[in-house]
Amino acid sequence: MMDFLATIGRRSLATFERLGRGTLFLLQVCARLGFLFSRPSLTLVQVWAVGVQSLVIIGVSGAFVGMVLGLQGYNTLVTFGTEESLGVVVAKSLCRELGPVLTALLFAGRAGSALTAEIGLMKATEQIPALEMMGVDPLRRLIVPRYVAGIISMPLLATIFTAIGILGGYFCGVGLLGVDEGAFWSQMQLHTALGTDIGNGVVVKSIVFGAVVTWIALFEGFDAVPTSEGVSQATTRTVVNSSLAVLALDFVLTGLMFD
Amino acid sequence: MARRAIVREPVRPDQPRTGGGGNAVRLAVIEMPSVMQDPTHTQMPHDPLVTLEDVSFARGSRVIFDGVNIEIPRGKITAILGPSGGGKTTLLRLIGGQLEPASGKVTVFGRNVQGLNTAELFAMRRRIGMLFQSGALLTDLDVFENVAFPLREHTHLPESMIRTIVLMKLEVVGLRNARRLYPRELSGGMARRVALARAIALDPLMVLYDEPFAGQDPISMGILVRLIKQLNRALNLTSVIVSHDVIETASIADQMYLIADGKVVESGPPATMKSSATPAVVQFMQGLPDGPMPFHFPGADYLTDLIDGASP
Repeated sequence: MMDFLATIGRRSLATFERLGRGTLFLLQVCARLGFLFSRPSLTLVQVWAVGVQSLVIIGVSGAFVGMVLGLQGYNTLVTFGTEESLGVVVAKSLCRELGPVLTALLFAGRAGSALTAEIGLMKATEQIPALEMMGVDPLRRLIVPRYVAGIISMPLLATIFTAIGILGGYFCGVGLLGVDEGAFWSQMQLHTALGTDIGNGVVVKSIVFGAVVTWIALFEGFDAVPTSEGVSQATTRTVVNSSLAVLALDFVLTGLMFD
Repeated sequence: MARRAIVREPVRPDQPRTGGGGNAVRLAVIEMPSVMQDPTHTQMPHDPLVTLEDVSFARGSRVIFDGVNIEIPRGKITAILGPSGGGKTTLLRLIGGQLEPASGKVTVFGRNVQGLNTAELFAMRRRIGMLFQSGALLTDLDVFENVAFPLREHTHLPESMIRTIVLMKLEVVGLRNARRLYPRELSGGMARRVALARAIALDPLMVLYDEPFAGQDPISMGILVRLIKQLNRALNLTSVIVSHDVIETASIADQMYLIADGKVVESGPPATMKSSATPAVVQFMQGLPDGPMPFHFPGADYLTDLIDGASP
């Protein structure tokens, strides 16, 4: 029994210690954000790496999610004779929840894991100690541009995901299942609010998810044990922890935004 | 007063040209960056460049250094020898301020490293070049950009001058024509030579070499030995080599330290070390498998271990 309690205590302490280290890491990064303005090109390169290179998976996923929504929405709505509301169902679902959440989960798997592996391998191959010995602050030179790039990229990717998803729903509902095109778009326009649905959902949620997922990914890489096994474990932790964080935060944000 | 230099730099199409002719270059006067106008570059006092006084360091319960005293003289090649895992790389990290000793004092360029704030520490490191065991080249940059990296980060030199400096450094290590290769396309020896060119890019006062000869074929090893010796003399550097390659290190070192079990076992010129009667020095210099540094990892007796079949 005592061993069991001791194990729980040890693991709890390790978790809090890790959380503390992660918070300190985030504060150190935030304290260096001014560096962004002296070397904006470094951030642009990272926007390309984490944002543009995620476009294919985001676009394809958005299209299929939208088509599934169109199909499932139509099947449910047609029972009540309200299939003209399909545009609202697709748009609201994508703007409020599926767009930001699925984009964040895909971002964690595609860009988050890549960031962790990149930084972890730089540590394992002594590139980060080499930067320090050259008098270059790795937090400023490596971490800040990537962190800001993640925050910039996520709302853009979520917007693209949502837009393509709506087109997917349109293709399925109007193109394949015969929903009236005018009703599809006009109902969507009438019931989708710019501030509540798009502002809160796509923009605010995505920025929060981008900040959290990129923070977790960069911290895991920077804190990784500098071996191949350590980097692989850190990459796994990034995907698991950031996915859980996104889902938990989504619940909190939804509660605050759409009560 | 800031030093200035006259450089030739290409004229962009939108810039006015003074005089005719087809030479699209102009002369420009630029201010030399502060890292290149360090007054200590020209001063040559006889006090040591680096001193470790009674330094102790431990990782958890494992003692790495226990009251170590080392002096690195200016303009000389100092070799730190010791068995693998003996803390030689840790010593370089203590000098570079990447680690802090549990007790004792590390003085570099006359200043206590523990007393430096982050900005001062980074400024100090700009005057130190370090060659890592793996080379530690930035894998997303080619050879040219790797050598140019410290220049781009710490100076505002015009592109033409960066190009000239990088080509000069690469010429020294014989890899000027490999400047467009990426680190993945280089052999281990070539990667280390590129890293050496990068380490001297800012004309440092001191270069730290972490196992420069480890895993090298005889030709690469010979090249590195010659380069370290020549660079030290030509650039008036101070060099610190940590290594366990006794023959190569002894051939170029002015002063050697042998570290074992967290202490300096013996120090002196290579000739003194070779003729030493101290058992640990004899074992290390002659490569004997057993001695004060035991072949067997310390633990239970062999016979007891075999008979006691219960323990894993």
